[in-house]
Amino acid sequence: MADVVETRIITRRLHDRPDDSWTIDAALATGCYDGLRKALTMTGEQIGQEQVKASGLRGRGGAGFPTATKWSFLPKGVHPRYLVVNADEGEPSTFKDRMLLERDPHQLIEGIAIAAFAIECNLAFIYVRGEFALGYDRLRLAVDDARARGFLGKDVLGSGFDLEIVIHRGAGAYICGEETGLLESLEGERGMPRIRPPFPAIEGLYAKPTVVNNVETLSTLPHIILMGGDEYAKLGVGRSTGTRIFSVSGHVNRPGNYEVELGISFRELIFSPELGGGIPNGKKVKFFIPGGASSQWLTGSDEHLDALLDMDAVSALGVMLGSGAVMVYDETTSPTLVAWRLAKFFAHESCGKCTPCREGTGWIEKVLYRLANGLGRPEDLDLLLDVGDNISPGLNAPFSQTTICPLGPSAVSAIVSLNKYFRDEVLASVGRTGVSA
Amino acid sequence: MAFRPENLARAREIVARYPRPKSAILPLAHLAQDQDGWLTREAMLEIAQLVGVTPADVLGTCSFYTMFKREPVGRLVVSVCTNVTCLVTGGPDVLDHLRDRYADDPEVTVEEVECLAACGGAPAMQVNYEFHEKVDPESAVTVVEAYKGGALEARTVSGSRR
Repeated sequence: MADVVETRIITRRLHDRPDDSWTIDAALATGCYDGLRKALTMTGEQIGQEQVKASGLRGRGGAGFPTATKWSFLPKGVHPRYLVVNADEGEPSTFKDRMLLERDPHQLIEGIAIAAFAIECNLAFIYVRGEFALGYDRLRLAVDDARARGFLGKDVLGSGFDLEIVIHRGAGAYICGEETGLLESLEGERGMPRIRPPFPAIEGLYAKPTVVNNVETLSTLPHIILMGGDEYAKLGVGRSTGTRIFSVSGHVNRPGNYEVELGISFRELIFSPELGGGIPNGKKVKFFIPGGASSQWLTGSDEHLDALLDMDAVSALGVMLGSGAVMVYDETTSPTLVAWRLAKFFAHESCGKCTPCREGTGWIEKVLYRLANGLGRPEDLDLLLDVGDNISPGLNAPFSQTTICPLGPSAVSAIVSLNKYFRDEVLASVGRTGVSA
Repeated sequence: MAFRPENLARAREIVARYPRPKSAILPLAHLAQDQDGWLTREAMLEIAQLVGVTPADVLGTCSFYTMFKREPVGRLVVSVCTNVTCLVTGGPDVLDHLRDRYADDPEVTVEEVECLAACGGAPAMQVNYEFHEKVDPESAVTVVEAYKGGALEARTVSGSRR
Protein backbone atom coordinates (compact mmCIF):
# COMPACT_ATOMS: atom_id res chain seq x y z
CA MET A 1 0.00 0.00 0.00
CA ALA A 2 1.23 3.48 -0.91
CA ASP A 3 0.84 6.33 1.57
CA VAL A 4 -1.59 8.60 -0.23
CA VAL A 5 -1.96 12.32 0.45
CA GLU A 6 -4.80 14.65 -0.42
CA THR A 7 -5.16 16.32 -3.81
CA ARG A 8 -6.73 19.60 -2.76
CA ILE A 9 -8.69 21.38 -5.45
CA ILE A 10 -12.04 22.31 -3.96
CA THR A 11 -10.76 22.09 -0.38
CA ARG A 12 -7.65 24.19 -0.99
CA ARG A 13 -9.00 27.55 0.18
CA LEU A 14 -10.53 26.23 3.37
CA HIS A 15 -7.23 24.61 4.30
CA ASP A 16 -5.03 27.54 3.23
CA ARG A 17 -7.18 30.15 5.01
CA PRO A 18 -8.55 28.30 8.05
CA ASP A 19 -9.42 31.50 9.91
CA ASP A 20 -11.41 33.34 7.25
CA SER A 21 -11.90 31.12 4.17
CA TRP A 22 -15.64 31.93 4.07
CA THR A 23 -15.18 35.71 3.74
CA ILE A 24 -15.30 37.67 0.50
CA ASP A 25 -11.82 39.08 1.20
CA ALA A 26 -10.24 35.64 1.57
CA ALA A 27 -12.13 34.38 -1.47
CA LEU A 28 -11.00 37.26 -3.68
CA ALA A 29 -7.41 37.01 -2.43
CA THR A 30 -7.30 33.37 -3.49
CA GLY A 31 -8.72 33.57 -7.00
CA CYS A 32 -12.40 33.01 -6.37
CA TYR A 33 -14.65 34.24 -9.19
CA ASP A 34 -11.82 34.00 -11.77
CA GLY A 35 -13.61 30.93 -13.11
CA LEU A 36 -16.83 32.91 -13.45
CA ARG A 37 -15.01 35.72 -15.32
CA LYS A 38 -13.64 33.18 -17.77
CA ALA A 39 -16.99 31.39 -18.11
CA LEU A 40 -18.77 34.63 -18.99
CA THR A 41 -16.54 34.93 -22.10
CA MET A 42 -17.81 31.54 -23.30
CA THR A 43 -21.20 30.34 -24.53
CA GLY A 44 -23.43 28.10 -22.45
CA GLU A 45 -22.88 25.33 -24.96
CA GLN A 46 -19.09 25.70 -24.65
CA ILE A 47 -19.31 25.49 -20.86
CA GLY A 48 -21.70 22.56 -20.65
CA GLN A 49 -21.28 20.44 -23.72
CA GLU A 50 -17.56 21.11 -24.24
CA GLN A 51 -15.77 21.83 -20.94
CA VAL A 52 -17.98 20.08 -18.38
CA LYS A 53 -18.58 17.17 -20.73
CA ALA A 54 -14.85 16.79 -21.39
CA SER A 55 -14.16 16.89 -17.65
CA GLY A 56 -16.25 13.76 -17.15
CA LEU A 57 -17.76 15.35 -14.02
CA ARG A 58 -20.36 13.13 -12.39
CA GLY A 59 -22.75 14.20 -9.65
CA ARG A 60 -21.27 14.14 -6.17
CA GLY A 61 -24.58 13.77 -4.33
CA GLY A 62 -24.93 10.02 -4.60
CA ALA A 63 -26.19 8.86 -7.98
CA GLY A 64 -23.06 9.77 -9.93
CA PHE A 65 -24.95 10.90 -13.03
CA PRO A 66 -22.87 12.83 -15.62
CA THR A 67 -23.48 16.53 -15.01
CA ALA A 68 -23.24 17.68 -18.65
CA THR A 69 -25.78 15.02 -19.66
CA LYS A 70 -28.18 16.16 -16.93
CA TRP A 71 -27.99 19.72 -18.25
CA SER A 72 -28.49 18.53 -21.83
CA PHE A 73 -31.97 17.20 -20.99
CA LEU A 74 -33.36 20.75 -20.60
CA PRO A 75 -35.80 21.43 -23.46
CA LYS A 76 -34.52 24.09 -25.85
CA GLY A 77 -36.11 27.52 -25.66
CA VAL A 78 -38.36 26.89 -22.64
CA HIS A 79 -38.06 29.62 -19.98
CA PRO A 80 -38.04 30.33 -17.10
CA ARG A 81 -35.89 27.45 -15.98
CA TYR A 82 -34.41 26.94 -12.56
CA LEU A 83 -31.20 25.74 -10.96
CA VAL A 84 -31.76 24.17 -7.56
CA VAL A 85 -28.78 23.44 -5.34
CA ASN A 86 -29.16 20.36 -3.19
CA ALA A 87 -27.51 21.36 0.10
CA ASP A 88 -29.73 19.06 2.14
CA GLU A 89 -26.92 16.74 3.15
CA GLY A 90 -28.35 14.04 5.40
CA GLU A 91 -26.97 10.70 4.26
CA PRO A 92 -25.64 9.13 7.47
CA SER A 93 -21.90 9.68 7.96
CA THR A 94 -21.62 12.16 5.09
CA PHE A 95 -20.32 15.57 6.16
CA LYS A 96 -18.56 17.10 3.17
CA ASP A 97 -21.23 19.50 1.91
CA ARG A 98 -21.66 21.00 5.35
CA MET A 99 -17.93 21.77 5.34
CA LEU A 100 -18.12 23.35 1.88
CA LEU A 101 -21.12 25.51 2.91
CA GLU A 102 -19.62 26.68 6.17
CA ARG A 103 -16.06 27.18 5.00
CA ASP A 104 -16.18 28.04 1.29
CA PRO A 105 -19.58 29.50 0.38
CA HIS A 106 -18.13 31.79 -2.31
CA GLN A 107 -16.74 28.83 -4.23
CA LEU A 108 -20.27 27.40 -4.29
CA ILE A 109 -21.80 30.72 -5.39
CA GLU A 110 -19.23 30.95 -8.17
CA GLY A 111 -20.16 27.43 -9.29
CA ILE A 112 -23.86 28.30 -9.17
CA ALA A 113 -23.27 31.40 -11.30
CA ILE A 114 -21.31 29.38 -13.88
CA ALA A 115 -23.97 26.67 -14.06
CA ALA A 116 -26.84 29.17 -14.19
CA PHE A 117 -25.13 31.09 -17.00
CA ALA A 118 -24.51 27.85 -18.88
CA ILE A 119 -28.12 26.67 -18.68
CA GLU A 120 -29.71 30.14 -19.13
CA CYS A 121 -31.23 30.38 -15.67
CA ASN A 122 -31.82 33.69 -13.88
CA LEU A 123 -33.15 32.43 -10.55
CA ALA A 124 -31.39 29.77 -8.51
CA PHE A 125 -32.41 28.25 -5.19
CA ILE A 126 -30.14 26.79 -2.54
CA TYR A 127 -32.05 24.27 -0.42
CA VAL A 128 -29.99 24.14 2.79
CA ARG A 129 -30.56 21.51 5.40
CA GLY A 130 -32.47 23.14 8.26
CA GLU A 131 -30.04 22.00 10.93
CA PHE A 132 -27.11 23.80 9.22
CA ALA A 133 -27.59 27.09 11.08
CA LEU A 134 -23.99 28.28 10.68
CA GLY A 135 -23.88 27.25 7.03
CA TYR A 136 -27.08 29.20 6.40
CA ASP A 137 -25.66 32.31 8.10
CA ARG A 138 -22.47 32.15 6.07
CA LEU A 139 -24.30 31.53 2.80
CA ARG A 140 -26.53 34.55 3.39
CA LEU A 141 -23.54 36.76 4.12
CA ALA A 142 -21.72 35.39 1.08
CA VAL A 143 -24.68 35.98 -1.25
CA ASP A 144 -25.01 39.57 0.01
CA ASP A 145 -21.28 40.20 -0.42
CA ALA A 146 -21.24 38.59 -3.86
CA ARG A 147 -24.16 40.75 -4.96
CA ALA A 148 -22.44 43.90 -3.62
CA ARG A 149 -19.37 43.07 -5.74
CA GLY A 150 -21.34 42.46 -8.91
CA PHE A 151 -21.03 38.64 -9.02
CA LEU A 152 -24.80 38.31 -8.60
CA GLY A 153 -27.80 40.50 -9.40
CA LYS A 154 -28.44 42.52 -12.55
CA ASP A 155 -25.84 42.38 -15.31
CA VAL A 156 -23.28 40.10 -13.62
CA LEU A 157 -19.80 41.61 -14.16
CA GLY A 158 -21.13 43.63 -17.09
CA SER A 159 -22.02 40.52 -19.09
CA GLY A 160 -25.72 41.29 -19.49
CA PHE A 161 -26.54 38.10 -17.54
CA ASP A 162 -28.86 38.47 -14.51
CA LEU A 163 -28.87 36.06 -11.59
CA GLU A 164 -30.63 36.04 -8.23
CA ILE A 165 -30.15 33.37 -5.58
CA VAL A 166 -32.81 32.50 -2.98
CA ILE A 167 -31.56 30.56 0.04
CA HIS A 168 -34.24 28.25 1.40
CA ARG A 169 -33.94 26.43 4.73
CA GLY A 170 -35.29 22.94 5.12
CA ALA A 171 -36.76 21.80 8.41
CA GLY A 172 -35.54 18.31 9.24
CA ALA A 173 -36.45 15.63 6.70
CA TYR A 174 -33.86 13.34 5.09
CA ILE A 175 -36.15 12.59 2.15
CA CYS A 176 -35.82 16.19 0.95
CA GLY A 177 -32.32 15.24 -0.19
CA GLU A 178 -34.03 13.16 -2.89
CA GLU A 179 -34.37 15.62 -5.75
CA THR A 180 -38.11 15.42 -6.33
CA GLY A 181 -38.83 15.38 -2.59
CA LEU A 182 -36.67 18.49 -2.42
CA LEU A 183 -38.71 20.19 -5.15
CA GLU A 184 -41.98 19.36 -3.35
CA SER A 185 -40.56 20.81 -0.15
CA LEU A 186 -39.39 23.94 -1.97
CA GLU A 187 -42.94 24.39 -3.23
CA GLY A 188 -44.19 24.38 0.36
CA GLU A 189 -45.44 20.80 0.40
CA ARG A 190 -44.63 17.70 2.43
CA GLY A 191 -41.33 16.42 1.02
CA MET A 192 -42.73 13.38 -0.74
CA PRO A 193 -40.94 12.26 -3.93
CA ARG A 194 -42.69 12.50 -7.28
CA ILE A 195 -43.24 9.75 -9.81
CA ARG A 196 -40.94 10.11 -12.82
CA PRO A 197 -41.39 10.78 -15.67
CA PRO A 198 -41.72 13.66 -16.04
CA PHE A 199 -38.14 14.23 -14.92
CA PRO A 200 -37.18 17.55 -13.31
CA ALA A 201 -35.34 18.66 -16.47
CA ILE A 202 -38.72 18.72 -18.22
CA GLU A 203 -41.11 19.53 -15.35
CA GLY A 204 -39.31 20.36 -12.13
CA LEU A 205 -39.80 23.30 -9.79
CA TYR A 206 -43.20 24.94 -10.47
CA ALA A 207 -43.47 22.48 -13.38
CA LYS A 208 -40.68 24.37 -15.19
CA PRO A 209 -37.45 22.87 -16.56
CA THR A 210 -35.12 22.42 -13.59
CA VAL A 211 -31.61 21.19 -12.90
CA VAL A 212 -30.85 19.91 -9.39
CA ASN A 213 -27.12 19.73 -8.60
CA ASN A 214 -25.22 18.88 -5.44
CA VAL A 215 -23.00 21.34 -3.52
CA GLU A 216 -19.74 19.51 -4.24
CA THR A 217 -20.62 19.12 -7.92
CA LEU A 218 -21.16 22.86 -8.32
CA SER A 219 -18.11 23.74 -6.21
CA THR A 220 -16.01 21.81 -8.72
CA LEU A 221 -17.15 23.85 -11.75
CA PRO A 222 -14.90 26.92 -11.27
CA HIS A 223 -11.86 24.63 -11.29
CA ILE A 224 -12.99 22.80 -14.41
CA ILE A 225 -13.40 26.12 -16.22
CA LEU A 226 -9.99 27.37 -15.08
CA MET A 227 -8.10 24.09 -15.68
CA GLY A 228 -10.03 23.13 -18.80
CA GLY A 229 -12.20 20.04 -18.98
CA ASP A 230 -9.53 17.89 -20.65
CA GLU A 231 -6.99 18.72 -17.96
CA TYR A 232 -9.46 17.92 -15.16
CA ALA A 233 -10.26 14.59 -16.79
CA LYS A 234 -6.60 13.56 -16.48
CA LEU A 235 -7.21 13.24 -12.73
CA GLY A 236 -8.89 10.10 -11.48
CA VAL A 237 -9.45 6.76 -13.11
CA GLY A 238 -11.58 5.56 -16.02
CA ARG A 239 -15.01 7.20 -16.00
CA SER A 240 -14.44 8.39 -12.42
CA THR A 241 -12.55 11.56 -13.20
CA GLY A 242 -11.21 14.21 -10.88
CA THR A 243 -11.16 14.33 -7.12
CA ARG A 244 -13.85 13.62 -4.56
CA ILE A 245 -14.20 14.43 -0.91
CA PHE A 246 -14.54 11.28 1.18
CA SER A 247 -16.00 11.54 4.67
CA VAL A 248 -14.15 8.95 6.74
CA SER A 249 -15.59 8.18 10.17
CA GLY A 250 -16.06 5.54 12.84
CA HIS A 251 -13.17 3.46 14.12
CA VAL A 252 -10.31 5.35 12.49
CA ASN A 253 -7.53 7.39 14.08
CA ARG A 254 -8.18 10.46 11.94
CA PRO A 255 -11.87 10.82 11.12
CA GLY A 256 -12.46 13.66 8.69
CA ASN A 257 -13.02 14.84 5.13
CA TYR A 258 -10.28 14.00 2.65
CA GLU A 259 -10.18 15.16 -0.96
CA VAL A 260 -8.37 12.54 -3.01
CA GLU A 261 -8.00 11.62 -6.62
CA LEU A 262 -10.46 8.90 -7.56
CA GLY A 263 -8.84 5.52 -8.11
CA ILE A 264 -6.98 5.01 -4.82
CA SER A 265 -7.96 1.95 -2.76
CA PHE A 266 -10.16 1.81 0.33
CA ARG A 267 -7.10 0.54 2.21
CA GLU A 268 -5.14 3.63 1.20
CA LEU A 269 -8.01 5.90 2.25
CA ILE A 270 -8.50 4.22 5.61
CA PHE A 271 -4.84 3.56 6.54
CA SER A 272 -2.68 6.33 4.96
CA PRO A 273 -1.10 8.36 7.79
CA GLU A 274 -2.38 11.66 6.37
CA LEU A 275 -5.84 10.27 5.59
CA GLY A 276 -7.80 7.92 7.88
CA GLY A 277 -4.64 7.00 9.78
CA GLY A 278 -5.58 3.37 10.52
CA ILE A 279 -7.66 1.73 13.21
CA PRO A 280 -7.24 2.74 16.88
CA ASN A 281 -5.43 0.36 19.23
CA GLY A 282 -4.13 -1.75 16.35
CA LYS A 283 -7.49 -3.41 15.80
CA LYS A 284 -8.64 -4.82 12.48
CA VAL A 285 -11.41 -3.67 10.14
CA LYS A 286 -14.41 -5.93 10.61
CA PHE A 287 -16.57 -4.22 8.02
CA PHE A 288 -17.05 -0.81 6.45
CA ILE A 289 -19.90 0.93 4.71
CA PRO A 290 -18.91 2.85 1.58
CA GLY A 291 -21.18 5.40 -0.05
CA GLY A 292 -23.39 6.26 2.90
CA ALA A 293 -26.07 4.31 4.70
CA SER A 294 -27.82 3.33 1.49
CA SER A 295 -24.99 1.19 0.13
CA GLN A 296 -24.32 -2.45 0.83
CA TRP A 297 -21.32 -3.14 3.05
CA LEU A 298 -17.79 -4.43 2.52
CA THR A 299 -15.62 -6.40 4.93
CA GLY A 300 -12.04 -6.20 6.11
CA SER A 301 -10.97 -8.82 3.55
CA ASP A 302 -8.03 -8.03 1.26
CA GLU A 303 -10.33 -8.20 -1.75
CA HIS A 304 -12.56 -5.48 -0.33
CA LEU A 305 -9.88 -3.25 1.20
CA ASP A 306 -7.91 -3.31 -2.05
CA ALA A 307 -10.94 -2.36 -4.17
CA LEU A 308 -10.52 0.99 -5.89
CA LEU A 309 -12.52 4.15 -5.31
CA ASP A 310 -13.90 4.00 -8.82
CA MET A 311 -17.65 4.51 -9.26
CA ASP A 312 -17.88 1.75 -11.86
CA ALA A 313 -15.46 -0.81 -10.39
CA VAL A 314 -17.13 -0.89 -6.97
CA SER A 315 -20.49 -1.77 -8.48
CA ALA A 316 -19.04 -5.22 -9.28
CA LEU A 317 -18.87 -5.73 -5.49
CA GLY A 318 -22.51 -4.73 -5.11
CA VAL A 319 -21.72 -1.40 -3.48
CA MET A 320 -21.58 2.24 -4.55
CA LEU A 321 -19.45 5.27 -3.79
CA GLY A 322 -22.71 7.14 -3.28
CA SER A 323 -22.28 10.28 -1.24
CA GLY A 324 -18.61 9.61 -0.49
CA ALA A 325 -19.01 8.44 3.10
CA VAL A 326 -16.84 5.61 4.43
CA MET A 327 -17.83 4.32 7.87
CA VAL A 328 -15.31 1.98 9.42
CA TYR A 329 -16.04 -0.57 12.16
CA ASP A 330 -13.49 -2.58 14.09
CA GLU A 331 -13.73 -6.19 15.27
CA THR A 332 -15.51 -5.25 18.52
CA THR A 333 -18.59 -4.00 16.64
CA SER A 334 -21.88 -5.88 16.43
CA PRO A 335 -23.01 -5.70 12.80
CA THR A 336 -26.56 -6.47 13.93
CA LEU A 337 -26.59 -3.39 16.12
CA VAL A 338 -25.36 -1.19 13.25
CA ALA A 339 -27.96 -2.73 10.93
CA TRP A 340 -30.67 -2.04 13.50
CA ARG A 341 -29.67 1.61 13.88
CA LEU A 342 -29.70 2.08 10.13
CA ALA A 343 -33.13 0.45 9.95
CA LYS A 344 -34.37 2.79 12.67
CA PHE A 345 -33.10 5.71 10.61
CA PHE A 346 -34.89 4.63 7.45
CA ALA A 347 -38.10 3.83 9.34
CA HIS A 348 -38.04 7.33 10.85
CA GLU A 349 -37.27 9.03 7.54
CA SER A 350 -39.66 7.10 5.29
CA CYS A 351 -42.06 9.75 3.99
CA GLY A 352 -45.01 7.34 4.08
CA LYS A 353 -46.06 7.66 0.46
CA CYS A 354 -45.35 4.08 -0.72
CA THR A 355 -46.69 1.15 1.29
CA PRO A 356 -43.72 -1.25 0.92
CA CYS A 357 -41.36 1.34 2.41
CA ARG A 358 -43.72 2.87 5.00
CA GLU A 359 -44.65 -0.52 6.44
CA GLY A 360 -41.54 -2.51 5.55
CA THR A 361 -38.96 -0.21 7.14
CA GLY A 362 -40.88 -0.33 10.42
CA TRP A 363 -41.00 -4.13 10.42
CA ILE A 364 -37.31 -4.39 9.54
CA GLU A 365 -36.49 -2.11 12.46
CA LYS A 366 -38.58 -4.14 14.93
CA VAL A 367 -37.10 -7.49 13.90
CA LEU A 368 -33.52 -6.17 13.92
CA TYR A 369 -34.15 -4.64 17.35
CA ARG A 370 -34.96 -8.02 18.87
CA LEU A 371 -32.05 -9.66 17.04
CA ALA A 372 -29.65 -7.00 18.34
CA ASN A 373 -30.94 -7.36 21.88
CA GLY A 374 -30.75 -11.12 22.33
CA LEU A 375 -34.44 -11.72 21.68
CA GLY A 376 -34.12 -12.92 18.09
CA ARG A 377 -35.50 -16.10 16.57
CA PRO A 378 -33.67 -18.50 14.23
CA GLU A 379 -35.99 -17.61 11.35
CA ASP A 380 -35.58 -13.84 11.76
CA LEU A 381 -32.84 -13.33 9.19
CA ASP A 382 -34.93 -15.03 6.51
CA LEU A 383 -37.97 -13.05 7.62
CA LEU A 384 -35.96 -9.85 7.13
CA LEU A 385 -34.95 -10.93 3.64
CA ASP A 386 -38.59 -11.69 2.82
CA VAL A 387 -39.72 -8.22 3.94
CA GLY A 388 -36.81 -6.73 2.02
CA ASP A 389 -37.80 -8.63 -1.09
CA ASN A 390 -41.19 -6.87 -1.03
CA ILE A 391 -39.41 -3.49 -1.16
CA SER A 392 -36.60 -4.46 -3.51
CA PRO A 393 -37.53 -7.60 -5.47
CA GLY A 394 -34.57 -9.91 -6.01
CA LEU A 395 -32.45 -8.16 -3.36
CA ASN A 396 -29.87 -7.28 -5.99
CA ALA A 397 -27.46 -4.43 -6.48
CA PRO A 398 -28.13 -2.15 -8.25
CA PHE A 399 -31.54 -2.59 -6.74
CA SER A 400 -34.97 -2.91 -8.24
CA GLN A 401 -37.78 -1.18 -6.39
CA THR A 402 -41.49 -1.31 -5.68
CA THR A 403 -41.34 2.27 -4.44
CA ILE A 404 -41.22 5.71 -6.05
CA CYS A 405 -37.80 6.64 -4.66
CA PRO A 406 -34.69 4.74 -3.53
CA LEU A 407 -35.21 5.22 0.24
CA GLY A 408 -36.99 1.91 0.74
CA PRO A 409 -34.46 -0.18 -1.22
CA SER A 410 -31.69 1.61 0.69
CA ALA A 411 -33.08 0.21 3.92
CA VAL A 412 -32.67 -3.28 2.47
CA SER A 413 -28.91 -2.91 1.82
CA ALA A 414 -27.96 -3.50 5.45
CA ILE A 415 -29.94 -6.72 5.86
CA VAL A 416 -28.60 -8.11 2.59
CA SER A 417 -25.08 -7.34 3.84
CA LEU A 418 -25.79 -8.83 7.25
CA ASN A 419 -26.94 -12.03 5.59
CA LYS A 420 -24.10 -12.12 3.07
CA TYR A 421 -21.20 -11.58 5.46
CA PHE A 422 -22.42 -12.23 9.00
CA ARG A 423 -25.13 -14.90 8.73
CA ASP A 424 -23.26 -17.33 10.97
CA GLU A 425 -22.58 -14.67 13.59
CA VAL A 426 -26.21 -13.54 13.62
CA LEU A 427 -27.56 -17.09 13.89
CA ALA A 428 -25.05 -17.94 16.63
CA SER A 429 -26.24 -14.93 18.63
CA VAL A 430 -29.90 -15.92 18.52
CA GLY A 431 -31.20 -16.57 22.00
CA ARG A 432 -28.23 -14.96 23.71
CA THR A 433 -28.57 -11.70 25.61
CA GLY A 434 -26.18 -8.84 26.00
CA VAL A 435 -25.17 -8.11 22.40
CA SER A 436 -23.51 -4.72 22.57
CA ALA A 437 -21.55 -2.30 20.46
CA MET B 1 -49.14 34.21 18.63
CA ALA B 2 -49.49 36.03 15.36
CA PHE B 3 -46.52 37.89 13.86
CA ARG B 4 -45.45 41.11 15.53
CA PRO B 5 -45.34 44.12 13.15
CA GLU B 6 -41.62 43.90 12.39
CA ASN B 7 -41.91 40.17 11.69
CA LEU B 8 -45.03 40.68 9.59
CA ALA B 9 -43.02 43.00 7.36
CA ARG B 10 -40.27 40.36 7.13
CA ALA B 11 -42.86 37.70 6.38
CA ARG B 12 -44.22 39.71 3.44
CA GLU B 13 -40.69 40.24 2.16
CA ILE B 14 -40.06 36.46 2.34
CA VAL B 15 -43.27 35.65 0.44
CA ALA B 16 -42.23 38.07 -2.32
CA ARG B 17 -38.99 36.13 -2.94
CA TYR B 18 -40.79 33.18 -4.45
CA PRO B 19 -42.54 32.76 -7.81
CA ARG B 20 -45.35 31.06 -5.88
CA PRO B 21 -46.30 32.18 -2.33
CA LYS B 22 -46.83 28.67 -0.96
CA SER B 23 -43.06 28.13 -1.14
CA ALA B 24 -42.78 30.51 1.82
CA ILE B 25 -44.44 28.11 4.29
CA LEU B 26 -41.17 26.66 5.61
CA PRO B 27 -39.34 29.99 6.04
CA LEU B 28 -42.44 31.56 7.64
CA ALA B 29 -42.78 28.67 10.07
CA HIS B 30 -39.11 29.17 11.02
CA LEU B 31 -39.79 32.88 11.51
CA ALA B 32 -42.76 32.09 13.76
CA GLN B 33 -40.61 29.78 15.88
CA ASP B 34 -37.92 32.46 16.10
CA GLN B 35 -40.55 34.77 17.55
CA ASP B 36 -42.57 32.43 19.76
CA GLY B 37 -40.23 29.58 20.67
CA TRP B 38 -42.55 27.03 19.02
CA LEU B 39 -45.02 26.84 16.14
CA THR B 40 -48.38 27.97 17.47
CA ARG B 41 -51.80 27.38 15.97
CA GLU B 42 -52.26 31.15 15.59
CA ALA B 43 -49.03 31.41 13.63
CA MET B 44 -50.12 28.68 11.23
CA LEU B 45 -53.46 30.45 10.70
CA GLU B 46 -51.66 33.67 9.82
CA ILE B 47 -49.17 31.89 7.54
CA ALA B 48 -52.14 30.42 5.67
CA GLN B 49 -53.49 33.93 5.05
CA LEU B 50 -50.09 35.29 4.03
CA VAL B 51 -49.48 32.61 1.39
CA GLY B 52 -53.09 32.16 0.31
CA VAL B 53 -53.75 28.54 1.29
CA THR B 54 -55.99 26.90 3.88
CA PRO B 55 -54.81 26.45 7.48
CA ALA B 56 -55.03 22.70 6.86
CA ASP B 57 -52.47 23.07 4.05
CA VAL B 58 -50.05 24.78 6.42
CA LEU B 59 -50.53 22.16 9.13
CA GLY B 60 -50.22 19.42 6.53
CA THR B 61 -46.86 20.76 5.42
CA CYS B 62 -45.47 21.68 8.84
CA SER B 63 -46.38 18.38 10.47
CA PHE B 64 -43.99 16.62 8.05
CA TYR B 65 -40.86 18.32 9.43
CA THR B 66 -39.20 17.45 12.73
CA MET B 67 -37.78 20.94 13.30
CA PHE B 68 -41.25 22.41 13.67
CA LYS B 69 -42.37 22.05 17.29
CA ARG B 70 -46.14 22.12 17.44
CA GLU B 71 -46.10 21.94 21.22
CA PRO B 72 -44.11 24.16 23.58
CA VAL B 73 -40.47 23.17 24.09
CA GLY B 74 -37.73 24.42 26.37
CA ARG B 75 -35.77 27.57 25.59
CA LEU B 76 -32.90 25.23 24.73
CA VAL B 77 -33.42 22.28 22.39
CA VAL B 78 -30.56 19.80 22.73
CA SER B 79 -30.33 17.42 19.76
CA VAL B 80 -28.13 14.38 20.28
CA CYS B 81 -27.11 12.16 17.37
CA THR B 82 -27.11 8.39 17.84
CA ASN B 83 -26.78 7.38 14.19
CA VAL B 84 -24.21 4.84 13.06
CA THR B 85 -20.99 6.77 13.70
CA CYS B 86 -22.13 8.35 16.96
CA LEU B 87 -23.54 4.91 17.91
CA VAL B 88 -20.05 3.42 18.21
CA THR B 89 -18.38 6.51 19.66
CA GLY B 90 -20.61 7.15 22.67
CA GLY B 91 -23.67 9.05 21.39
CA PRO B 92 -26.24 6.87 23.20
CA ASP B 93 -24.49 7.48 26.56
CA VAL B 94 -24.59 11.24 25.99
CA LEU B 95 -28.30 11.05 25.15
CA ASP B 96 -29.17 8.94 28.20
CA HIS B 97 -27.21 11.17 30.54
CA LEU B 98 -28.75 14.40 29.26
CA ARG B 99 -32.26 12.94 29.33
CA ASP B 100 -31.84 11.98 32.98
CA ARG B 101 -30.18 15.21 33.95
CA TYR B 102 -32.79 17.50 32.35
CA ALA B 103 -35.91 15.35 32.77
CA ASP B 104 -37.51 17.91 35.07
CA ASP B 105 -35.97 21.07 33.65
CA PRO B 106 -38.54 23.13 31.70
CA GLU B 107 -35.78 25.21 30.10
CA VAL B 108 -34.18 22.23 28.35
CA THR B 109 -35.70 19.80 25.84
CA VAL B 110 -33.48 16.83 24.97
CA GLU B 111 -34.18 14.95 21.74
CA GLU B 112 -32.60 12.07 19.84
CA VAL B 113 -31.87 13.00 16.24
CA GLU B 114 -30.54 11.45 13.05
CA CYS B 115 -27.13 12.07 11.51
CA LEU B 116 -26.14 15.74 11.88
CA ALA B 117 -23.27 15.60 9.37
CA ALA B 118 -20.67 16.01 12.10
CA CYS B 119 -19.30 12.45 12.03
CA GLY B 120 -15.71 13.69 11.89
CA GLY B 121 -16.31 14.95 15.44
CA ALA B 122 -18.52 12.14 16.72
CA PRO B 123 -20.30 11.95 19.02
CA ALA B 124 -21.99 15.20 18.13
CA MET B 125 -24.90 17.24 19.38
CA GLN B 126 -26.50 20.61 18.75
CA VAL B 127 -27.96 23.17 21.10
CA ASN B 128 -30.50 25.21 19.15
CA TYR B 129 -28.67 24.03 16.01
CA GLU B 130 -25.22 25.19 17.12
CA PHE B 131 -22.81 22.26 16.71
CA HIS B 132 -20.85 20.75 19.60
CA GLU B 133 -18.58 17.87 18.64
CA LYS B 134 -16.56 15.20 20.48
CA VAL B 135 -18.77 15.47 23.53
CA ASP B 136 -19.05 13.00 26.41
CA PRO B 137 -21.77 12.86 29.08
CA GLU B 138 -19.98 15.32 31.36
CA SER B 139 -18.80 17.81 28.73
CA ALA B 140 -22.28 17.80 27.17
CA VAL B 141 -23.73 18.95 30.49
CA THR B 142 -21.04 21.63 30.74
CA VAL B 143 -22.10 22.93 27.32
CA VAL B 144 -25.80 23.01 28.19
CA GLU B 145 -25.06 24.73 31.50
CA ALA B 146 -23.01 27.36 29.67
CA TYR B 147 -26.08 28.21 27.58
CA LYS B 148 -28.31 28.17 30.64
CA GLY B 149 -26.02 30.53 32.51
CA GLY B 150 -25.53 32.83 29.52
CA ALA B 151 -21.82 32.17 29.01
CA LEU B 152 -22.76 30.89 25.55
CA GLU B 153 -25.35 32.84 23.58
CA ALA B 154 -28.04 30.56 22.21
CA ARG B 155 -29.65 30.79 18.80
CA THR B 156 -33.45 30.68 18.66
CA VAL B 157 -35.16 27.28 18.79
CA SER B 158 -35.28 27.46 15.00
CA GLY B 159 -31.53 28.11 14.85
CA SER B 160 -31.52 31.81 13.94
CA ARG B 161 -29.18 34.39 15.40
CA ARG B 162 -31.14 36.92 17.45
